[in-house]
Amino acid sequence: MIKIFVPRDAAALSVGADEVAAAIASEAKKRKLQVEIVRNGSRGMLYLEPLVEVTTANGRVAYGPVAPSDVASLFDAGFLEGKAHALGHGLTEEIPYFKNQERLTFARCGITDPLSIEDYRSHGGFVGLAKALQMKPIDIVTEVTTSGLRGRGGAGFPTGIKWKTVHDLPAGEKYVACNADEGDSGTFADRMLMEGDPFCLIEGMTIAAIAGGAQKGYIYVRSEYPHSVHVLREAIEIARRANWLGDNIQGTKHSFDLFVRMGAGAYICGEETSMLESIEGKRGIVRYKPPIPAIEGLFGKPTIINNVMSFAAVPIIIDKGGEFYRDYGVGRSRGTLAFQIAGNIKQGGLVEKAFGVTTRQLIEDWGGGTATGRPVRAVQVGGPLGAYIPESKFDVPMDYEEFAKVDAMVGHGGLVVFDDTVDMAKQARFAMEFCTIESCGKCTPCRIGSTRGVEVIDKIIDDIDRTKNLALLEDLCVTMADGSLCAMGGLTPFPVMSAVRGFPEDFHKPSPNKFLADAAE
Amino acid sequence: MAKKAVKQTNGSRVDQFPAPTPAEVAALASCARHGNKPDELLEIFHDLQHQLGYVPDATLPVIAKALNRSRAEIYGVLTFYHEFKRHPVGKHVVKICRAEACQSMGTDALCQHAEKSLGTSLGGTTADGMVTIEQVFCLGNCALSPAIMVGEKLYGKVDPKRFDEIIGGLEKEAAE
Repeated sequence: MIKIFVPRDAAALSVGADEVAAAIASEAKKRKLQVEIVRNGSRGMLYLEPLVEVTTANGRVAYGPVAPSDVASLFDAGFLEGKAHALGHGLTEEIPYFKNQERLTFARCGITDPLSIEDYRSHGGFVGLAKALQMKPIDIVTEVTTSGLRGRGGAGFPTGIKWKTVHDLPAGEKYVACNADEGDSGTFADRMLMEGDPFCLIEGMTIAAIAGGAQKGYIYVRSEYPHSVHVLREAIEIARRANWLGDNIQGTKHSFDLFVRMGAGAYICGEETSMLESIEGKRGIVRYKPPIPAIEGLFGKPTIINNVMSFAAVPIIIDKGGEFYRDYGVGRSRGTLAFQIAGNIKQGGLVEKAFGVTTRQLIEDWGGGTATGRPVRAVQVGGPLGAYIPESKFDVPMDYEEFAKVDAMVGHGGLVVFDDTVDMAKQARFAMEFCTIESCGKCTPCRIGSTRGVEVIDKIIDDIDRTKNLALLEDLCVTMADGSLCAMGGLTPFPVMSAVRGFPEDFHKPSPNKFLADAAE
Repeated sequence: MAKKAVKQTNGSRVDQFPAPTPAEVAALASCARHGNKPDELLEIFHDLQHQLGYVPDATLPVIAKALNRSRAEIYGVLTFYHEFKRHPVGKHVVKICRAEACQSMGTDALCQHAEKSLGTSLGGTTADGMVTIEQVFCLGNCALSPAIMVGEKLYGKVDPKRFDEIIGGLEKEAAE
């Protein structure tokens, strides 16, 4: 039977994948053709979604973006044999956007049926875990340390060190917690993996549990991701039935179980200690550190906390060895990062690539420039707390240290592209406004500082004592950066000051409310 | 379930329990389903909101008692999270993403269009009670901006025209 793939990824669904799948099924029925429709994850070429693939003798052939109204013509053109059509792209894996990537974490995403454990195993799944089950926990930790893997959530803390801390504590109640509260605008890699290859996350977390000696794990998923929650819950159930989770995994002495917890629209819960509070059923207020969560984490017990991307990188590290993973990348940024090209971009999507690739390559070679066709003016890298970088910095390689040198951060690898119509003073104001909305309120620099920040930027925009207020804004940003408890208030100055420094002209425009400036004089 | 003091014919007062309201029953059932465990409080709120559309204040004492927490704590958790609603909302909740990626593709104009065409501001409900619109920050569909979510259904590349079609679809569905 001919296999047709139509993604079930939320992004594909958002542009009509369900309707396309239904149209293909009914058209096949009408033509009395036997086809099997597999609902796979996304290949990450989101500009081509819904991307329909057909299995042929030469490999999978891609068509996209397909609308339900295109389906009849696809059948007419003979897409079941992989024949040409206006929407055809030839073999999926030969599409340059896809071919020029280095897919390690996303090796299976979009290829397999996300909820088929057989599919997962036939594509190298559970090889890492099977090995880990036979390894000494300290050897797992060493392998992860060797790989050079650093926290993919944005902070870039070495994963091996975190795991070692938990490993070295006396045996007892310990936890593994996965941060899937992917709240940063411009990031969707976690979502894509959870929906496209959930077993990979389960496998990575189970390996972490063996390494750290944990018995229970939680995946904290944001409520904006209902699809991810459904897929994960189903995948966990399947893994339990197949004994890849639960008691005595695959007949070994290791036991580990996993639960999904849903957030409730609080950005701050992506901060690790705030997330722990939320999993405990409390207000998502950040905790003081120390104690670090590795020592006193969830329910006061030692906890390995990592981002989805960090856990998902682990199976291949254990399978192929830390050195294999370390061989990708540059400097102290080893391995690959799933870059997400978003915003005003012609060819948005996910590009997994070794560190060292540049912003320019990502937005020009892959992204193909802006969707509006206008010149790119600014790119915000690393989410709402990341810096806006001007064109002059587009050639800095994606590397934690290189980016830090130019007062920017790689973060989670999300790139939001803006064309030349963007008003950077407005973006700076938004960064402060966002902080007022999402601050947990525990520390003053973040809670009050952000409110004052909005006011000061409003005065700058309105040309009220502009020079003085620009100096005041800088002073306020220093206070927030140095005095906030966590990254929320601590990093909000990044987008603000990067906008002020990189795009000063936007802060010196004539006031839109001239009477205010006049009144102030 | 507030106790009501009722005066008896002999002049003494006894406490009578009025029958619990459906919301209170739902809250009790949800707590029981979650093993009355305080760490599952968010799940309990999600449950209630799914069933009732919001979390009525009357359920808070019931939850507090079931989880052995103070009412202040339960109230504190409920009010911390943007997702939880304390008042009835429209039949459909339409979340419009206002985060940076969607800004770069004109979500500000989309929000203005939504407010104007539905005659309510963000956070408000249409007069006929059909649609509540609210702002969210990131729906994870940043390569297909601007994004909106209706219930659990995500939509990408939503311009004002497509927005009207989606809302029109909801109205049509209701009419049928």
